[in-house]
Amino acid sequence: MSTTATVAIPHPDSRARRNSFLLVFACTILGSAAQLLIKTGMNHFSPQLLALVTNIPLIAGYTLYGINTLMMVLALKNGEMSMLYPIIALTYVWTTLASYLLLGEPSNVYKNVGIVTIVLGVAVMGRRGKK
Amino acid sequence: MTPLVSSMLLVFVASVIGSLGMAFLKKGSAHLTRSIWSFVNGSLLIGIALFLGSSVFYAWGIKNGQLSVLYPMVSLGYVWGLLWAKLFFNEAMTRQKIMGLGLILLGVCFVGMGS
Repeated sequence: MSTTATVAIPHPDSRARRNSFLLVFACTILGSAAQLLIKTGMNHFSPQLLALVTNIPLIAGYTLYGINTLMMVLALKNGEMSMLYPIIALTYVWTTLASYLLLGEPSNVYKNVGIVTIVLGVAVMGRRGKK
Repeated sequence: MTPLVSSMLLVFVASVIGSLGMAFLKKGSAHLTRSIWSFVNGSLLIGIALFLGSSVFYAWGIKNGQLSVLYPMVSLGYVWGLLWAKLFFNEAMTRQKIMGLGLILLGVCFVGMGS
């Protein structure tokens, strides 16, 4: 006998919505990781073929960026833009935090206020306009 | 030109090219059918080329600067995207979109002041 029969099965719509929500959230983390890798790769960039093909962070960063873009397209296909836009903007938060913590870049009030303002702006822009 | 200004300029150019790429992808996606060959259409290919070009400018730009200053500038792409949506696809400019655009510009200015 199945014991899962008592578990409430979410409405297909709400499940699809939650899946695209989670997918986009994962994308923001992957996207920031890609940015960090690309930056690390560019720090020791040299315009030679051998140096380019052995630049693991750069290649990994762009690969992750590509995967991330495809995942985002899939998520946006099913999800509602107005709900997903503010989540997408979290990439700016993660990338800035990672720059402070992992790349040792200086933090200051202007940068932090700027990031919050940008995230707000993206969220407002994604809101469904009232007629 | 100081390294900071040239880095910012490169990321700025990348954001313009990238958003144009997005507009071409949008235009090309309208021609997609079930056939795999429908992927080979002019607009889509131009869109992909612009995207790749944009990433070269971007990588070049962040090479000599702080990621915490330059990455937020990518959000300018939303501003251009809105412009292209209005110009090329005649999409409606709502008050929300203009407000969001203003906030993004303000935020990028703040981040720039923190550099």
